[in-house]
Amino acid sequence: MAALDPIGPPRRASSWRSPRLRAWLLQAALLAAVLGAVALMFGNALDNLARQGIASGFGFLSQPAGFGIETTLIEYSETSSYGRAFLVGLLNTLLVSAIGIVLATVLGFVIGVARLSPNALIRGWAYAYVELIRNVPLLLQIFFWYFAVLRPLPGPREAISLFDVAFLSNRGLQLPKPLPEDGFGWLVAALALGVVAALLVARWRRDGAGRRWPWTLAALLLPPAAVVLAVGWPLAWSVPELSRFNFHGGMTLTPEFVALVLALSLYTASFIAEIVRAGLQSVRRGQREAALALGLPPRLVLRKVVLPQAMRVIVPPLTNQYLNLTKNSSLAAAIAYPDLVSVFAGTVLNQTGQAVEVISITMAVYLAISLAIAALMAWYNRRQALVER
Amino acid sequence: MDAMPPRRFDLLAWARTQLFSGPLNIALTLLGLWLLWLTVPPLIDWALLKAQFVGSSREDCGGEGACWVFVRVHLPQFLYGFYPEEQRWRVNLGVLLLALFALPLAWRRLRENVWVWVGLLVVYPLLAWWLFHGGLGLPEVETSRWGGLFLTLVVAGASMSAALPLGILLALGRRSSLPAVKAVCTVFIEFWRGVPHITVLFMASVMLPLFLPAGVDLDKLLRALIGVAVFAGAYMAEVIRGGLQGVPAGQLEAAKALGLSYWQQMRLVVLPQALRLVIPGIVNVFIALFKDTSLVLIIGLFDLLGMVQAAVTNPQWLGYAVEGYVFAALVFWLFCYGMSVLSRRLERRLNVGRHVPEDLA
Repeated sequence: MAALDPIGPPRRASSWRSPRLRAWLLQAALLAAVLGAVALMFGNALDNLARQGIASGFGFLSQPAGFGIETTLIEYSETSSYGRAFLVGLLNTLLVSAIGIVLATVLGFVIGVARLSPNALIRGWAYAYVELIRNVPLLLQIFFWYFAVLRPLPGPREAISLFDVAFLSNRGLQLPKPLPEDGFGWLVAALALGVVAALLVARWRRDGAGRRWPWTLAALLLPPAAVVLAVGWPLAWSVPELSRFNFHGGMTLTPEFVALVLALSLYTASFIAEIVRAGLQSVRRGQREAALALGLPPRLVLRKVVLPQAMRVIVPPLTNQYLNLTKNSSLAAAIAYPDLVSVFAGTVLNQTGQAVEVISITMAVYLAISLAIAALMAWYNRRQALVER
Repeated sequence: MDAMPPRRFDLLAWARTQLFSGPLNIALTLLGLWLLWLTVPPLIDWALLKAQFVGSSREDCGGEGACWVFVRVHLPQFLYGFYPEEQRWRVNLGVLLLALFALPLAWRRLRENVWVWVGLLVVYPLLAWWLFHGGLGLPEVETSRWGGLFLTLVVAGASMSAALPLGILLALGRRSSLPAVKAVCTVFIEFWRGVPHITVLFMASVMLPLFLPAGVDLDKLLRALIGVAVFAGAYMAEVIRGGLQGVPAGQLEAAKALGLSYWQQMRLVVLPQALRLVIPGIVNVFIALFKDTSLVLIIGLFDLLGMVQAAVTNPQWLGYAVEGYVFAALVFWLFCYGMSVLSRRLERRLNVGRHVPEDLA
């Protein structure tokens, strides 16, 4: 059997020149080197920590933190634990990232489309925006918005008023705050129901004739409208008002938050714009011409022919930009917005000195987000590959 | 895609098609003009017409325009950091030497010469380290006194020259058929790409000393450079892997059939084609690395942005933040935009004679 096998092991398999043996040796050496380096570093770390009298382990997470945080989404005080502080930082990171992603996407798509505008002036503006913004470091832009624009603003008494409902001052941006009243839960539930119904209707009416909109819209709006008719409008607004020294009512976005969101979304938008432009350009001209020749109305050409093909090119790098924005939000540490890195890898690390644990946890969080998005992307690509051809 | 340029430029026809072809287009033109009118005259007013250029102290400023005196007074710090004044000729000489070592690259024949690259990537860094840091006859200047644009260029240069070799090795490792090599490289790449650069720098600055044996003390700048080089390599690896995937399989098979060893296959056949495919990607990584040098200020190194930040928050010069940031932005912009223009030219030149139709490229 072995004698007949044409791809059996060559006769000199046992000699030093055998590729397989060399491969095994190479891999064994590599693994030994990696493990050895890790073990050496670990041993050194244990020695050093013992010598400096720094505790190890994750027990510190339940100890009281003893420092305050200005912006928190959940209840937090100086007596809360380090673990709680970690949670506050994580939520602040997610908040900035989520808002930044929405703003950057909207702005990026607008500028990306403007890059291909038939109007030369608009094209020029979009080009100038992209080339100006993406060639300047993000940290510099964050500093610019924070130290050069927002901090030197006048105090609350001379605040810049935006239609008398929002105010911009050196204390930050004051916005009206929604106050949910009785029955607000019902409205949210009805809205969710409406979305589900609309999706079902859209699927049911999928005939490609483009006449499904009135039905979808009706399915979307009917349940919330019914709730509003039944219990009245369940949402009030608290508008900020200037009293003697400061604002009352409404909600405050700190200058740190505004600077960070502004810089992150403007910066990322310049990259998204280029991705959108490349995506739209990747659809061959013939596709558009063929669709028009078939008699499809122009708005359907964009929606049914150009966009689906462009999205295939756009979505993977787009998610990459979302990931970048999330990671870049860690620059918050430079202007002391209490995000994960600033609170945890900054203040907590300085107080406890447990560098290994703190940095590992911080990196693990970002790594988990990255891997989750990467997995989502792999799934999307597989699905797209099935649709292709 | 821009329209084909007409043979003879006709301004009226151009304006008719580009600016006034319909009601929507006219509205857009007006919007664009309005934006221009809103931004350009005030900007020229502020930056040039009403600006103060000469003077030596804060008292010389006070008009409505920009106070470029602020930048002028701080310029030596912005360029050299705290490098001793009487030693700054060493930095200047270092830049000059870099230009000399890079000069041979202007000739195509010399660009393929190994010794030119050895000089640039091995001899020059050692020479520059001696020149900047001192020792062996030169007075020593500790790295804590390095700063400004000089430090930015040192960090950028080190990360860029580490990125390519490290990236090539990691990319080849990730495509290796040996499972252990592949696993180690994949984990290494994905780990460093998955975490924010700041945490890498934090790690290099607070965790790395813990990992070293007691008594071994790495310079702060050196630790930062290690951190930067590691993520530079990881990002570069992914770009190069894209290029490796773009090389037709037949090329590798042909190289194998010729009896070339693995490293010969890579060096002579695969890599030259792969790298050429991803020149834009490589330059993009370089640009990103250059911008990211500014992050070192967070771990207490004073690069260009760090020096500007120190000057802006200096109580004696409060109120000139905009001037400082605009200057720093201009310097960064010139470098980054310059690199992207260079890459586009290189790309065009390398594509000459390949005639790939747009639809297939």
